[in-house]
Amino acid sequence: MKNINKKFWMGIIVALAFYGVVKVLLTTGVLSDVNQSMLLLIGVNIMLAVSLNLITGITGQFSIGHAGFMSVGAYTSAILTLDYNVPFIPAIIAGGLLAAVFGVLIGMPTLRLNGDYLAIATLGFGEIIRIIMLNTEFVGGASGLSGIPAKTTWTMLFFFTLISVVLINNFIRSTHGRACIAIRENEIAAEAMGINTTRYKIIAFTIGALFAGIAGGLSAHTFYVITPGSFNFLKSFEIIVMVVLGGLGSTAGSIVGAVFVTLLYTYLREFPEWRMIIYSIVLILMMIFRPSGLLGTTKFSFGKFGKKEAKANDAIEGSSAP
Amino acid sequence: MEYFIQQLINGISVGSIYALIALGYTMVYGIIKLINFAHGDVFMVGSFIGLYSAKYLANAGLPPIVVLLLSLIISMTISALLGITIERLAYKPLRKSTRIAALITAIGVSFLLEYTGVLILGPQAQGFPDIMEKKQYHLFGSSIQVESNQIMILLTTIILMLVLQYIVRYTKTGKAMRAVSFDVEAARLMGINVDRTISATFAIGSALAAAAGVIFGMTYNSVDPLMGVMPGLKAFVAAVLGGIGSIPGALVGGLLLGTVETEISSLGFSSWRDGVAFAVLILILIFKPSGLFGKNVREKV
Repeated sequence: MKNINKKFWMGIIVALAFYGVVKVLLTTGVLSDVNQSMLLLIGVNIMLAVSLNLITGITGQFSIGHAGFMSVGAYTSAILTLDYNVPFIPAIIAGGLLAAVFGVLIGMPTLRLNGDYLAIATLGFGEIIRIIMLNTEFVGGASGLSGIPAKTTWTMLFFFTLISVVLINNFIRSTHGRACIAIRENEIAAEAMGINTTRYKIIAFTIGALFAGIAGGLSAHTFYVITPGSFNFLKSFEIIVMVVLGGLGSTAGSIVGAVFVTLLYTYLREFPEWRMIIYSIVLILMMIFRPSGLLGTTKFSFGKFGKKEAKANDAIEGSSAP
Repeated sequence: MEYFIQQLINGISVGSIYALIALGYTMVYGIIKLINFAHGDVFMVGSFIGLYSAKYLANAGLPPIVVLLLSLIISMTISALLGITIERLAYKPLRKSTRIAALITAIGVSFLLEYTGVLILGPQAQGFPDIMEKKQYHLFGSSIQVESNQIMILLTTIILMLVLQYIVRYTKTGKAMRAVSFDVEAARLMGINVDRTISATFAIGSALAAAAGVIFGMTYNSVDPLMGVMPGLKAFVAAVLGGIGSIPGALVGGLLLGTVETEISSLGFSSWRDGVAFAVLILILIFKPSGLFGKNVREKV
């Protein structure tokens, strides 16, 4: 326990140091506006990837509707700040909570499904949310909402990202997280061991949706404009790419994947077709030659401090990714 | 009433396109338990091959019916080869790995085909030539219209469906396919060449998707590299609706979905059409996961 605590605080200190350095670089103007918006995008994507990893990587429930949760959060918080003058942070949290409600709603009926069918059902739900947004005049229809105040700053984003990573990571390491991993490894065996699989699947969906919603709200308040089209199947797919690339089931992997994909996205902005072609080739080759992703199931840990424990964890979990 | 019947006829012609694509999904799923996301894009490729061969053959001055048949055959053959190639390169190395890995690969292949298409053909839609002159017939002297295209679509679908039934029921490959879908290991022990059977499944499924692509082009006169996404998903919905793995199920599911969609559009909710299709899918999955014609399989430990 002592070891985990020490490691945990070291991690927080490293992260805060990183925050401080970037903050200084931003205020002194070393990092340009372009870099700042890229940093914000990286943060949002980290939240999305880490939250999807909880659903897909840890609990083993393949979901391709993550952008749907994101859009619920984005629209809710944008409407609250635009039309009702709600302060920024409560609006973001409200967006997250509503997305979490959607997580429960989607989680409950689809839990009977597994594997491929769940994937398709979540895809369907994501598309239904998009079509509802598209046909609702109140939320701007096809043209979406614009003029959203750009209130997401580096500080806001950093702390939201840090909190979501820490919370999700601690959840994964808790008893509940172990239960989720058990479901991933073998649902029937987990059930037989007395784990309430339904309950844990709903929990995973809800937490995942909550943070996706928060990420959506933050991204809406970064880029002024949201349209239903920005939360389509492609966006969900992009989040999956991040998680898979980093390594299903690894929080550190999701972070690496999110950073990598965002960089790729930013630098290939001029060549959108090539971007998608590279995405897909990377994904196919990855699945064939290294299905466990870049980092495998490596736990989120900070360098040397976590080595002993990481090994012990590997022994428990084995090397099998879902 | 007449209006309703008119919409029913339109629905059936949309539905036959879904049904043809759904057959490919159903066959592949039945045999290797993989949702082949790339199937909708094979449909797109088939459509484009049909477009180019039709243009070329029409310029060569052949009669329309020959142009139609030849472009169908060319498109089906090339797409069948494409299907086999995809299977060999992307899915075969993954036979032993997890279902999620295979599903992700399928999504990857789908995007690869789409954006290679965008890169080569450009993102804008292209016009599909009128291979056959469109004629309109009035049923029983009433105001119900049937287009020659719609008749041709239904005919093509029925003929292909009969050929497929024949292949699956009476040929050696068909028997092998049924055996493999029943139990891969047992089939292998009985001396069935499993790899070749899987390739055959992909070839037949892709050829049917290509036929659907040509028909789609002739109906809507417009094709683009991303056109496979929605029909692909809808066809999957149709396959699930009918019970995935079941050939008659795919036909019924496709026709049903096409009809429901057209009726919804005709009631003035066309922008909700896609949403309704997915809602139907989710309802079916929740209440009857094995579909209308599917078998209930108990989970084995």
